[in-house]
Amino acid sequence: MDAILLQILNGLDKGSAYALIALGLTLIFGTLGVVNFAHGALFMIGAFCAVTVSRILTVSRTIIDDTQKDFLGNPLKVEVPYVHDWFGQATGDVIIDWAVPLSIFFAIPVMICVGVIMERGLIKHFYHRPHADQILVTFGLAIVLQEIIKFYYGANPIPTPAPSAFTGSFDFGAMFGFEPNTIIYPYWRLVYFAFAAVIIGAVFAFLQFTTFGMVVRAGMADRETVGLLGINIDKRFTIMFGLAAAVAGLAGVMYTPINSPNYHMGMDFLVLSFVVVVVGGMGSLPGAVLAGFLLGILESFASMRQVIEIIPGINQVIIYLVAIIILLTRPRGLMGRKGVMEE
Amino acid sequence: MLGLQKKDASLLLLVFALTMLAPFILNPFPEGSGWAQFNAGYPDLMQRFVIFGIFAIGFNILFGLTGYLSFGHAAFLGVGSYSAVWMFKLLSMNVIPAIALAVITSGLFALLIGFISLRRSGIYFSILTLAFAQMSFALAYSVLTPITGGETGLQLALDDPRILDSISAAAGGNIPVPSLFGIEMRDSSEWSVGSWVFTFNNGYYFAAFIMLCSFYLSIRIFRSPFGLMLRAVKSNQQRLNYTGLNTRPYTLAAFVISGMYAGLAGGLMAAMDPLAGAERMFWTASGEVVLMTILGGVGTLIGPVLGAGMIKYMENILSKINSDILHTWFAFLPDGLEDFIVTIIYPFIGKGWHLTLGLLFMMVVIFLPGGLVEGGQKIAKLFKRGKKDDDGAKAADATTPAE
Amino acid sequence: MGILDVKNVNKRFGGLQALGDVNLNVAENSVHAIIGPNGAGKSTLLNCLVGKLIPDTGSVMFDGQSVLGRKPFEINQMGISRVFQTPEIFGDLSVLENMMIPCFAKRDGAFELNAISSVGSQTDIVERAEQMLEEMNMADKRHMHAAALSRGDKRRLEIGMCLSQEPRLLLLDEPTAGMARADTNNTIDLLKQIKEERDITIAIIEHDMHVVFSLAERITVLAQGTPLVEDTPENIKGHPKVREAYLGESA
Ligand SMILES: Nc1ncnc2c1ncn2[C@@H]1O[C@H](COP(=O)(O)OP(=O)(O)OP(=O)(O)O)[C@@H](O)[C@H]1O
Ligand SMILES: [Mg+2]
Repeated sequence: MDAILLQILNGLDKGSAYALIALGLTLIFGTLGVVNFAHGALFMIGAFCAVTVSRILTVSRTIIDDTQKDFLGNPLKVEVPYVHDWFGQATGDVIIDWAVPLSIFFAIPVMICVGVIMERGLIKHFYHRPHADQILVTFGLAIVLQEIIKFYYGANPIPTPAPSAFTGSFDFGAMFGFEPNTIIYPYWRLVYFAFAAVIIGAVFAFLQFTTFGMVVRAGMADRETVGLLGINIDKRFTIMFGLAAAVAGLAGVMYTPINSPNYHMGMDFLVLSFVVVVVGGMGSLPGAVLAGFLLGILESFASMRQVIEIIPGINQVIIYLVAIIILLTRPRGLMGRKGVMEE
Repeated sequence: MLGLQKKDASLLLLVFALTMLAPFILNPFPEGSGWAQFNAGYPDLMQRFVIFGIFAIGFNILFGLTGYLSFGHAAFLGVGSYSAVWMFKLLSMNVIPAIALAVITSGLFALLIGFISLRRSGIYFSILTLAFAQMSFALAYSVLTPITGGETGLQLALDDPRILDSISAAAGGNIPVPSLFGIEMRDSSEWSVGSWVFTFNNGYYFAAFIMLCSFYLSIRIFRSPFGLMLRAVKSNQQRLNYTGLNTRPYTLAAFVISGMYAGLAGGLMAAMDPLAGAERMFWTASGEVVLMTILGGVGTLIGPVLGAGMIKYMENILSKINSDILHTWFAFLPDGLEDFIVTIIYPFIGKGWHLTLGLLFMMVVIFLPGGLVEGGQKIAKLFKRGKKDDDGAKAADATTPAE
Repeated sequence: MGILDVKNVNKRFGGLQALGDVNLNVAENSVHAIIGPNGAGKSTLLNCLVGKLIPDTGSVMFDGQSVLGRKPFEINQMGISRVFQTPEIFGDLSVLENMMIPCFAKRDGAFELNAISSVGSQTDIVERAEQMLEEMNMADKRHMHAAALSRGDKRRLEIGMCLSQEPRLLLLDEPTAGMARADTNNTIDLLKQIKEERDITIAIIEHDMHVVFSLAERITVLAQGTPLVEDTPENIKGHPKVREAYLGESA
């Protein structure tokens, strides 16, 4: 029982990331009808927003501290971050410590801008081109974006820690009456899951309860009719693209403490996220979220020792295997609508 | 000639001439000159040109003709390499059985994957092929280690059985190398003319010969009734169904043929350098062949070969340029301007060649959906227009797929 | 006993009864028109005949064999060809190539792996296709991209493609929709000529009464998924039920 719970928990953080990326992909596909292979790159850019913020916060000036000596006996050079000057040492340290969560405020406007520029500058011209062309041009864009990041940040992963308050693990099991020390769970993963749940909830609430969202949903269901009502769908769809980019970016920001960001993380996630979207059903938002968590959790179950002993290698292939089976038995995915991308 | 129309025959001749003279064409700069680094006429790279040419030609038979975009073709390449290396280990260092087995196994593998994946079309097909390829990659990397060598890859060993070879050759101290009835693939002869050095590598000429055969076969396929049906699949599958034609076996045959081409390329890779690793099956490798085909011109005969050459050239040559070289090039400019230009160009070369590739690829998809071939035709037309306007002839040409 | 025999066919789309107990009998070598207001289920009925849709209940027999459960290409190989409501041709191929494909289907069956010989060397196919284009008065357009044809020409091409297979039953879904008067008259002449020259059964869906009454030997009126009457054109013209359901507004 506790082993199962542990696997579910382990699957949650990856599942959350899949779900968030797949949600954005589906929003873009559902609204604009575009298959966006550059969506993983947005996730990656989000992660590098966090890297950038923590770098900016630690920008320092060098002073010579006469009271301390280095091992040669010379006066020690000390780096003093500017935030210390502005907010005092104690507050400054806290700010640096909280760089990752703080990056959210930086990432949201940046990602929306990136998304809107991408849509207006490139994607717009591909609405009426075949899906293969959309895949290809966004695939090219993804390469370009990741190479730009690689140029500025290098090819190595950049560790970006969570606030120290969240770095440890805690005995999750003991809290719910299991044997102590059977379910140890890192704090940050729980934070990530909670964060993902909030974002997903917010997106759904936004689509469900605002007039903007209602128009967008109507447009997703039947673009032409809504267009005929004289509502400017395109403008809203552009904003939705920005929103989807922001969701992907935030997913990236918060993922940095779990996996140190590198330039190809976007592509790694993208391939799986596409599988997730297809499993959930092209164009279905709940399907994307459901499939994201489902596959994340399945993946973690498949990596249990007991399972691997029975079916070696299953942890490596489970997601693809499930995708193949679902695509063959339920061509529209778990919750897909009829007729989406079937020709 | 050879049962081809005149236009196709001259295209084949052109490719023949280019491949045979490649050691000269690709080595235009004298040894030791500042431009020598742009010489691509060394065996390793020339082999890659033709091998990836084969891969792309095969991919184009599927994607170019039927429009089915496979994102998992590298799996067949990998299977081909593994089969070839196993043949080297077990049977003989002769490349013929190795390549034969590579083509057969990859064909069977493609039959299996194609049979399942082709039940869906569009992006679903792409995802299915991607999933299968990624699965093969993951398995080759982990569970199948006894067959694939896992992370280290599959290599030859001194104590491999090599049943056929052990009869003739006495056990030597070194691992034998792949050969064609005694002609070693890695052997080259060199010819120096002044300060130029030209290298003629056995392996290259063997691979080039196979590439020419593959190219010839692909022309025949393009011009055959089968090729016509495949183009019809891309154009309007529904009409084809209601015209009494069963599209499934047509697409499956195209899939298997292109899988066999990929296996052939994989087998040749192993024949040039007898090892095989799982990374050959990774999805980026599948993405690469897509890039090659699109860049060159999808659905055209020569396009994939050009695209493969272009990408491999960039990968090997562009990536070698560094900022020092740039500085020497622009040394004639005033200092400030020199630094400025070097700073601007720098991200696009050396390790940044992928950036150039990505941008180039985007440009092609946006402005030149027909790839380099279309670009070439447009330029050619510009020149022709200067001489005379004959739209009638052009309209007549429009229907046969461009070369 | 006609060549096509449809018995008690029902088809529902969710809550919508698109076809309700349709019975239809088309006599061999006749021209049978199916008319009815928009949304009456005419195209749906056709879709059930060619394997695009499978009826919920009922039977569809062609020349004594059931077509149900067969794939579209199998049904076509049985001898049923269909012209669509919006022309379905191979837009990326030349007109001649378009015409050659059904000729291949006729000669080689549903699948033939003929990957080595060139298309041009199949002289029988090329000749047949050229001859068919001649008959369709399209020989001068043989090298054009099919997508560049006018709508009327696309339709002509599609009809020609179907005829080149020498089907025993030709199904036409609004062949003159969106055509100019002159084109419509050409199409009528073409169909009349086809009918004179060969043994063929034609079932035609049409809104244009001029076309219907110029061609049809029998007419079935479909309304809300059910056949109202089936009779000769003369009788249909005067039929009160038909006037009420359909001709009322146009007569
Ligand atoms: N695939 C489908 N799914 C759901 N409803 C359908 C489908 N195809 C047709 N219908 C509905 O079935 C009814 C009959 O459609 P059908 O196309 O057969 O009419 P029709 O007689 O051909 O009309 P028209 O003269 O406009 O072509 C219509 O109400 C249509 O909306
Ligand atoms: Mg209709």
